[in-house]
Amino acid sequence: MLKISHLHVNYGGIKAVRDVSFDVPDGEICTLIGSNGAGKSTTLRTIIGLEKAASGSITLDGSELIGLQTNQIVTNGITLVPEGRHVFPDMTVLENLKIGSYMRKEDLQEDLNWIYDLFPRLKERSWQAAGTLSGGEQQMLAVGRALMSKPKILMMDEPSLGLAPIIVQGIFDIIKEINKQGVTILLIEQNANMALRIAHSAYVMETGELTLSGTGAELLKNDAIKAAYLGGKK
Amino acid sequence: MSLAYLLQQLLNGLSLGGAYALIAIGYTMVYGILRMINFAHGDVFMMAGYFMIYSMAVFPWYVSLPVVIAGTIVLGVVIEKLAYKPLRSAPRMSVMISAIGVAYLLENLANYLFTAMPQSYPQIDILKHVYTLGDITVSRVTLVAPVLTVILTVLMIQLVNHTKMGMAMRACSKDQNTARIMGIKVDSVITKTFIIGCGLAAIGSILYFTDRNTVQPYSGSLPGLKCFVAAVLGGIGSIPGAMVGGFIVGVCQIAITAAGYSVFSDAFTFVLLIIILLVRPTGIFGEKATDKV
Repeated sequence: MLKISHLHVNYGGIKAVRDVSFDVPDGEICTLIGSNGAGKSTTLRTIIGLEKAASGSITLDGSELIGLQTNQIVTNGITLVPEGRHVFPDMTVLENLKIGSYMRKEDLQEDLNWIYDLFPRLKERSWQAAGTLSGGEQQMLAVGRALMSKPKILMMDEPSLGLAPIIVQGIFDIIKEINKQGVTILLIEQNANMALRIAHSAYVMETGELTLSGTGAELLKNDAIKAAYLGGKK
Repeated sequence: MSLAYLLQQLLNGLSLGGAYALIAIGYTMVYGILRMINFAHGDVFMMAGYFMIYSMAVFPWYVSLPVVIAGTIVLGVVIEKLAYKPLRSAPRMSVMISAIGVAYLLENLANYLFTAMPQSYPQIDILKHVYTLGDITVSRVTLVAPVLTVILTVLMIQLVNHTKMGMAMRACSKDQNTARIMGIKVDSVITKTFIIGCGLAAIGSILYFTDRNTVQPYSGSLPGLKCFVAAVLGGIGSIPGAMVGGFIVGVCQIAITAAGYSVFSDAFTFVLLIIILLVRPTGIFGEKATDKV
């Protein structure tokens, strides 16, 4: 279980994350929703070690992650699909997948087959430069690349950003499928509707603090959420 | 002007160009990873010359070669740790200014330690062996330099494109944070890049100084700048580009000198720089962006 307690993060002089505590239980899909600039990305980047926490603790199965280098955190079984996909554009699809397994030494063929089963499109395009893929394909590649590290916890930062609705639906189906295969998911989204539908547990983040929590279904019905994030009437 | 004379000058040019190419690869690889021109690189090359002088005073040449290469690598890695690593999150311009500072530091350090008097570069017998064919006389180093350069360049291209370490280097050069998320230790990739760059500079210095006989504290500054021009000409960030650029700059320099305009041979290099920047700023093999917005 990933446990975040009393996390504070300063980002460029701003208190971007203030006293945030939440748990991501094994095997669940957990989502953080909230508007732009609420501190969701900063939270994920702090978990993976790209930002420094000012105080608080982040533990994975009881062991502290704060203070570890990103490569150590990845070795511990956490990975991040960054916002905006960030595939390596000059590398082929296959190279992008291989680099996802950079710190592993075992045979990769089985995992490659697993990824190609999840995303048949990537198999068709395995020799193509990643920069020539469409946005949706790049998102698939970013997810596949992250899965190649065999994570216990897959964190995703705005996977639906900039994608057509039909592609977004496909991405969310895949997230559910990956979760069914035993990978814990921590998802942050501005597309609150989609995220809440698939989430077991959900948290709302506003200006650096968690303001609401519940199961995905509960928050979908919550009037304040409907008004603020789901386009419902007050 | 006889054919033999032309051939002789061409060989000289290729030999000089080979040494330039090896140094230019160092510029281009460091640029690829840190997006920064390591202006101290030419002075690291000069220090490698002094290392050879002092090493040959004690050891035979076959011990001195590895000693010089290792010493140059240590120097380069120490510079990276002390002068560039603390500035990792600073704007790129700050790192570049730090590099210029290191360049002057090394020149003045050499001036202080070894005096400004040119010191004679030791003769490495197996490199100095002279061949005569009709009117052409060439030393072995003249023949070795271009061949060795091509071999090392091919090795570097293989390393970057077909090994796990090369994959990590390419990832770091595109996007360091994403490389970190892949579990790549970015700092260790940067260190390895400096090891390779400085190792090649050490080999380049042996080829260069063997033909030129003396080393002085400013021996690295002008060749360093010329190799930077070579890297820009080939397309900075591109290893084959650095090699081609090095050969072009070397051959042109010798050609201009042979034609009797040696006063202009240095100026030519920088005119070339201005022309490249105006006409084709990405160089011959410049990076093309395939990013999709």
